[in-house]
Amino acid sequence: MRLSSKLTMLMAGLAVSACTNGNRFDNDAVDLNQATGQAGGVVPGSASDPASPAYFQQTVGDRVLFAVDQSALGPEARATLDGQVQWLRTNSDYNAVIEGHADEQGTRAYNLALGGRRANSVMEYLVSQGIPASRLRFVSYGKERPIEICSDESCYAKNRRAVTIISAGPTS
Amino acid sequence: MKQFVATCLTTLLLAVMGPLMALAQNGPLRIEITEGVVEPLPYAVPDFVAESAGAQELAQQIARVVADDLTGTGLFREVPREAHISRITSFGSPVQFADWKAINAQALVSGAVSSEGGRVVVKFRVWDVFAGTELGEGMQFAGSPDGWRRMAHKVADQVYSRITGESGYFDSRVVFVSESGPKDQRAKRLAVMDYDGANVQYLTSGDALVLAPRFSNDGERVLYTSYETGLPRVHVLEVGTVQSRILPGQDGVMSFAPRFAPDGQTVVYSITQGANTDIWAMDIASGGTRQLTSAPSIETAPSYSPDGSQIVFESDRSGTQQLYVMPASGGEARRISSGQGRYSTPVWSPRGDMIAFTKQNAGRFHIGVMRTDGSEERLLTASFLDEGPTWSPNGRVIMFARETQGAQGASSLYSVDISGRNLKRVRTPDGASDPSWGPLQ
Repeated sequence: MRLSSKLTMLMAGLAVSACTNGNRFDNDAVDLNQATGQAGGVVPGSASDPASPAYFQQTVGDRVLFAVDQSALGPEARATLDGQVQWLRTNSDYNAVIEGHADEQGTRAYNLALGGRRANSVMEYLVSQGIPASRLRFVSYGKERPIEICSDESCYAKNRRAVTIISAGPTS
Repeated sequence: MKQFVATCLTTLLLAVMGPLMALAQNGPLRIEITEGVVEPLPYAVPDFVAESAGAQELAQQIARVVADDLTGTGLFREVPREAHISRITSFGSPVQFADWKAINAQALVSGAVSSEGGRVVVKFRVWDVFAGTELGEGMQFAGSPDGWRRMAHKVADQVYSRITGESGYFDSRVVFVSESGPKDQRAKRLAVMDYDGANVQYLTSGDALVLAPRFSNDGERVLYTSYETGLPRVHVLEVGTVQSRILPGQDGVMSFAPRFAPDGQTVVYSITQGANTDIWAMDIASGGTRQLTSAPSIETAPSYSPDGSQIVFESDRSGTQQLYVMPASGGEARRISSGQGRYSTPVWSPRGDMIAFTKQNAGRFHIGVMRTDGSEERLLTASFLDEGPTWSPNGRVIMFARETQGAQGASSLYSVDISGRNLKRVRTPDGASDPSWGPLQ
């Protein structure tokens, strides 16, 4: 996860150079790249722009997963969050809302509280790595917003998540 | 909603002819509601007599709702109309007891309906067929034509009460969450309906996610959790005006799982701060709050005892969700659940003697009841996901939500007797969850 995201960042960097060079020497090619969204074109705000929320979501990784009824962060989750920390440090104009979720195997109020615990785990980790708490908020959706709808562990595992949503900042 | 208010105001108990007598306690016709298997009592409800032109249809409909109410309890069995020998063509004429005995109808409900000038009057009598006597005395209800179902429910409540010796629950309403759309894009709206699923009225638009509405004891207000501000916060809604407001709270702090104290002045609910969820109480008029639990674990789903002196709630302080009882002012809590699995969503019964709960064990969900000290635990249901019991006003029936398994899974409401008998689905127009049963009106 970490390696692949670094590679992607590297490739994105190369693409930016290529684009800049191309723009200097060959306007037609650049236009084509931008129009078709082919490699080499960086559209500001798109997923290929490392400063974009879309890039954060797709490349840095916006979510971490949890074991049944747990809110502890595993090594994989911490690696993802380290990437989030880097991004948030670099893009200090953005704030984030962390959404906690639970799978459907639980009662409604408890799952709200459990989703809160999970989101809070992420928030505490980000703060421990130097992101100001003033840039972060959390909210729990309990079991109300599954992304996978089957009633098997394969779906439950993806629904037990905390998702970091980038929002325009700064706020207060 | 306005229509309902009008109905409320105009459905007056017009005349009670003589005091109600507790005949059921002494008379021969009596259903003892016990834990054992009962043989449903056979009864007959012929069409009510239309005493004015144009009341024919209403007279039939009211008799059908009375029969649906009684048969729906599982305690009564209707002798089909095709089997009737006698017809009742005049409310005042003597009853031909022999004709009703012959078809083994032990109880007979006769009635009459008149409709004039936008006002409907329903009269009824209950007969003990084998004793050849009237059970209690005749009564009449009056109201506007659109309140006819309520009048039918009132008749059925009287019949139920005279034969069982307990108060009824038919003229009551349930507030719930109406659900539509697929599992990953489910829209939720607050709605209120008659206990039998009729007369559904929506209380919120569906723009904001709403959860777990709870009636006040007088049925005039509803507490619920809404995401209107972007995160879950407790709101209170006046049923009569459908106006709602958010309860005071700290910005950015989640509050949920609210429930009224019996006096309607205090609200208990959960607040999440950091990883910790605790139970708080708020004076609804002043907004003043008090923290009732302070463990670092999840404390939620509080419910008052009917006398307001204690609160039952769930906590995972032991490692898994279990049920605890504490004084209403907070303080030391004692654990009452002790079986296998997780216990949640406790609700104190209106009689004060039992607690209904959700239990999760070995991959199944159950609705169960136990004594308030945790003894005599009894599971009433089992399914992929049963959740969130609520008590009928007389404490004899529990309604809850059942969600089906899989990608097409949907939630609907069910009711079950506290004996575990008579499990049945409550028909709603769409999916439904989080029922809260209001008072007898």
